[in-house]
Amino acid sequence: MGARVTMHRGEAPAIAVENLTVAYDRHPAVHHVSCRFEPGSLTAVVGPNGAGKSTLIKTLVGLLKPAEGRVSAGGLTRADIAYLPQQAEIDRSFPITVADTVALGHWRRVGILGTLTGAMRRQVGEAMSAVGLEGFEDRAIGSLSVGQFQRVLFARLLLQDARVILLDEPFNAIDARTTADLIDLVERWHGEGRTVVAVLHDMDQVRRHFPATVLLARDLIAAGPTADCLTAEHLLRARQMSENWHEDAAVCEPARRSA
Amino acid sequence: MTLWSLLFEPFADYAFMRRALVACFALALGCGPVGVLLMLRRMSLIGDAMSHAVLPGAAVGFLFFGLNIWAMGLGGLVAGLSVALLSGLVTRTTNLREDASFAGFYLISLSLGVLIVSTRGSNVDLLHVLFGTILAVDDASLLTVAAIATLSLFVLALIYRPLIVECFDPGFLRAVGGGGSLFHVVFLVLVVVNLVAGFQALGTLMAVGLMMLPAAASRFWAGQVWTMSAVAIGVAMASGWLGLLVSYHLDLPSGPAIVITAGVFYVGSIVFGTEGGIFWRALPRRHLEA
Repeated sequence: MGARVTMHRGEAPAIAVENLTVAYDRHPAVHHVSCRFEPGSLTAVVGPNGAGKSTLIKTLVGLLKPAEGRVSAGGLTRADIAYLPQQAEIDRSFPITVADTVALGHWRRVGILGTLTGAMRRQVGEAMSAVGLEGFEDRAIGSLSVGQFQRVLFARLLLQDARVILLDEPFNAIDARTTADLIDLVERWHGEGRTVVAVLHDMDQVRRHFPATVLLARDLIAAGPTADCLTAEHLLRARQMSENWHEDAAVCEPARRSA
Repeated sequence: MTLWSLLFEPFADYAFMRRALVACFALALGCGPVGVLLMLRRMSLIGDAMSHAVLPGAAVGFLFFGLNIWAMGLGGLVAGLSVALLSGLVTRTTNLREDASFAGFYLISLSLGVLIVSTRGSNVDLLHVLFGTILAVDDASLLTVAAIATLSLFVLALIYRPLIVECFDPGFLRAVGGGGSLFHVVFLVLVVVNLVAGFQALGTLMAVGLMMLPAAASRFWAGQVWTMSAVAIGVAMASGWLGLLVSYHLDLPSGPAIVITAGVFYVGSIVFGTEGGIFWRALPRRHLEA
């Protein structure tokens, strides 16, 4: 994985989540959560299904609006944030080549009408070899395996060269070798001082590779160094979260905010 | 009958056939790429719904000004855009999905159109609006169709990239701040405008035929959006040319002749298309090593 697609470094400001509630139809998926992603930190977001992990990430990206509270990211713009959506949110049957998909990572520089320069094309090639996809340039994305397609999306992230990288379930249904390759990239980003946040399910993976953790179960259970966060007691509390969505749930009173 | 008299003589001999052919070519240039994008956005049937939605507007224009492309076009445009925008609004603000909200509004629009024509006009009028009269294309309508094709290609070139990204990875587009809804609306306007261009030639009912059939056929020959658009344009042009010939030689109405020709291309593509055609799949071929 000898990638050379590093265009700029530099510490991003911290991302502070303050008393954040994000709701679908008034039912909260993230409930009065406060936490902080330090500059250059590598954080895993974990929790059971329906705990609000993806919702939190999407709110950080700006795809969802808070019902209450806020996300402040002191001076970060959209161009500073790269986002890896879950694969299910991408139409893989769409007729587009691997190279064109990766080249979208240049969006910040080319926008809607700009053309790719020769240097940008070379960077597309470099990003593709960094993820082990040489020779796949003209393949349709529909012909790739789940793991290969995830490599494509990581190559696109490489090109985006963002100071903050948000990954939604990056290793779901990905085999061990691909996961290992992609985790190498994540650790490289961490080494370059970028802020990386990833939604994950594999606790062993989190303990091995992610220094910080945010444990969610709609409410925040714990946040901080991974070892302090993933205690048996915290995990048990997270597991007890009910996924129920009560039609007759009471209105959440402001007094709860300090709870 | 020589090949020349079969394929070219009608156009050499008659000005109205030449006009009709040029109108078809212009239509093909706009409808080809618009149809391909409509299909890739999984909105093929919404194109059909839209073509019905323009009926009341076209009908009102027809009743007051006769077969006048400006009056009918403007009416159709207003009706079509109203349905498109209302449906879009309902989709984005309620739980109703786009296909259902389109179905709701286009049915209202279609019934209004039939009502207007039946209370004020005759059956012949209704047939004119529904099926068009391509053999009576005049300078004004030829220029309109050409202008719409030009505009469509120009606008598509402008919004091509975000439109495509929004099709397959809308989250990425929104995350990089590329917008989304705006391009969707602009695209819907293009769909309506191209249907309006088509309905003098093919009628409101079949204008969508020259949009969707070549697009669906192109999926079996090409693997990228621009190559598919090129194939769709080619198929639409060939359908116009051959359809007009069939109509001329066999004395059949031109609109259905053109659309049926496009249909033949479509079925042929399903069977023989190099990208997943049935014929190639059915051939007993040994599998590869990797």
